[in-house]
Amino acid sequence: MTLTAKDVAEITRLLEESNFDELYLEMDGLKLSLRRGADATTAASAASTVSAAAPASGPALGRGLALATVPPAADDPNSVGVTAPLLGTFYRAPKPGAAPFVEVGSQVEEDTIIGIIEVMKLMNTVRAGVRGRVIQILCQDGALVEYGETLMRLGKTK
Amino acid sequence: MEIRRILVANRGEIAARIIRTCRELGIETVLAASEADCDSVPARLADRTVCIGPSRASESYLRVETIVQAALGVRADAIHPGYGFLSERAALARLCEEQRVIFIGPTAAQIESVGDKLRARSEAQAASVAVVPGGAVESVEAAQSLARQIGTPILVKAVGGGGGRGMKLVDRLDDLPHAMELAASEASAAFGDARVYLESFVTRGRHVEVQVLGDGQGGVIHLGERDCSVQRRYQKLLEESPAPGLSDEIRRQLHEAAVRFAKRLAYRGAGTVEFLVDTTRDRFYFLEMNARIQVEHPVTEAITGVDLVAEQIAIASGTGLRLTQSDIRPQGCAMECRVNAEDPSRDFLPSPGVVGDVSWPSGPGIRVDTHIAAGSRVPPFYDSLMAKVIAHAATRSLTLERLRRAIADARVAGVATNLAFHIAVLNDPEFQAGGVDTGFLARLLERSPLKTETVARG
Repeated sequence: MTLTAKDVAEITRLLEESNFDELYLEMDGLKLSLRRGADATTAASAASTVSAAAPASGPALGRGLALATVPPAADDPNSVGVTAPLLGTFYRAPKPGAAPFVEVGSQVEEDTIIGIIEVMKLMNTVRAGVRGRVIQILCQDGALVEYGETLMRLGKTK
Repeated sequence: MEIRRILVANRGEIAARIIRTCRELGIETVLAASEADCDSVPARLADRTVCIGPSRASESYLRVETIVQAALGVRADAIHPGYGFLSERAALARLCEEQRVIFIGPTAAQIESVGDKLRARSEAQAASVAVVPGGAVESVEAAQSLARQIGTPILVKAVGGGGGRGMKLVDRLDDLPHAMELAASEASAAFGDARVYLESFVTRGRHVEVQVLGDGQGGVIHLGERDCSVQRRYQKLLEESPAPGLSDEIRRQLHEAAVRFAKRLAYRGAGTVEFLVDTTRDRFYFLEMNARIQVEHPVTEAITGVDLVAEQIAIASGTGLRLTQSDIRPQGCAMECRVNAEDPSRDFLPSPGVVGDVSWPSGPGIRVDTHIAAGSRVPPFYDSLMAKVIAHAATRSLTLERLRRAIADARVAGVATNLAFHIAVLNDPEFQAGGVDTGFLARLLERSPLKTETVARG
C-alpha cells in the first residue's frame, strides 16, 4: 500500500482537526512528517519528504499548517522571523471580526503592530521590529503560541 | 471529572516522575518547559512540550498567568505543579479554580492556611497538636518579653517562610533585636512578607514528617512517617522510613496528630505534616505542613506500595480516597539519597554544566528518579538535584547496605556530585546506629572536613 496525494491531504485534515501539533508517519519506506505552525525551515523539509512519494499536488495544508511557500530563511539573508515574546493566544486582529493588523504583502515599519498575544486577558502587542514586507504568516488567529515561536516572516527593506 | 490531559508545570526529576505515572494511567501529558528545558528528558517523555518562557524561573516556571494560559491553550484538564515553583502559591490554585482547570493539589484557601506559619500554628493548636513554645511578636519589646519567658536559644522565623530563609538562631537575648531585623529583611526579600515569629530552639531535635492523603471532605489517612534529620542548613540530604528508634507510642501519636491537623483543614490531596521530635524529652511539636508532593515521597511509596502521584490525580478528579487506613501496611525500610550537582569540598557549591557519561544504579530494591542522562544539562538557573536513589529492603541495615552499594555504583561525569559525601554519611557509625538529630551533618563535617577532590571532567 502506498500513500496517494489524496491520502496525505486526508491525514493533514485529520491533524488539523486534532489537538496534536505534530505527526510522524512511517510506512513502506515513506516518512511523512507534519507539524502545525512550523517554521519555514521545518516545513520545507517536511514538504520535500512528502513530495518524494506524493509529487502530484502536494498536501493541501490548511491554515496554520505552514508549507514551504517561501524559500527557507537560511537562503534569504533579508528574511527575518518575528518570534513570540511570550506564550499565549495569538490574535491577528485587534478584535473578533476586525481586519487583521497585517496580511501577506503588507508593508511594515519597525513599530507596526503585527499581532496581539493574550495571557489571561492581558493583551501584549507584538511589533514587527524591522522595516519591510510580510512574506508569510505562520500562526493562525486564536492559536496558542509558545515562547520563541516564529509568528511571521518578514522581508527586510534594504 | 475525568482527567485526560495534564499540564506538568515543573521540570527535572519530578516532571519525569509525574509523566511516568500519567503514562501508566493513560493520561496525556504536556510539559510546560522553559527555554533551558525544551530538550530535557522530561520533554522527551511528555506527549508534547510547550515553551513557556526564558530560562530564568521568574520569567517562566513562576508565571502563574502563563501556566494557566498554557493549560487552557493545550486544552489540559488539569495542572500538576510538582514541588517548588508554584506548587504552594495560592494564586495558581485560585486562578485554576476561576478558569475551571483542575489544580492537582489542595484548595487555594488550604494553601493559604498552611503557608502562613502563624496561622498554621494556631490551626495546630486548635487541633490539639502541640506547637513549639513561642509565637507572634509585634515589636522588639514584645519579642524580648516572650524570649525571656521561653528562654534561649531561640529561633526567629519568617511567617511566610520555609527552607531556612529568614531564619536566625539567637543564643543571647541581647542579639535578638539585630537577628529580628536580619530575619525580617531576608523574609521580605524572599517571600514578600517581613513578619517574623519566635520559637524556642530545640537543640537535639529530629525532623520527622507524616505523609497524609485527604479527600477534601474530611476523610484523611496517613502513610507513615519519614525521618529527614540528615540536613545541611535546612536542606534535606537523606530521608528514610520508618523513623528509626521511635517508640511505638510516639510513632502512633505522630500519625494521629498529622491526621487530626489535616482533618481540621478538610485537606485535599497529598500533604506532609512536619514535626520536631525532641529526643531528650520524648516529645514532639508541630512545625508546618507542606501542601504538595515532596521530594522524598518515593521513600513512602517504597514501603507502602502506593503511587502517591496516582492518588493525587484520583483525588483531584473527584474519585476521592481509594484507600482506607487499614489498606496502608508499611513493609520493611526505605532510604533515599538526593544526588546533587554540587561540590562538598567547596562548601557544596552548585556545579552546573553538561553531564558526560552517566550510569545510575539498578537492581532489586533500587529505584532511581532522575532526569539526567548522558549529555543532559544541569542549568545554573534551578536547583542542583540530579537524581534520587531509593533503596528498599526488609530491615534498616539491609536497606543501608543496598543503598551504599547503589551509591557506589553511580557514575556521573562532567559535574561535581555529592555521591562520595553520601557514602561518608552511610558509613558513619552514628548514622548507622539510627535516630540522628538535625545537627548530625554539621558535626560530621566538623569531625572530618572533606578533602578537596579532583572532579573528573569529560
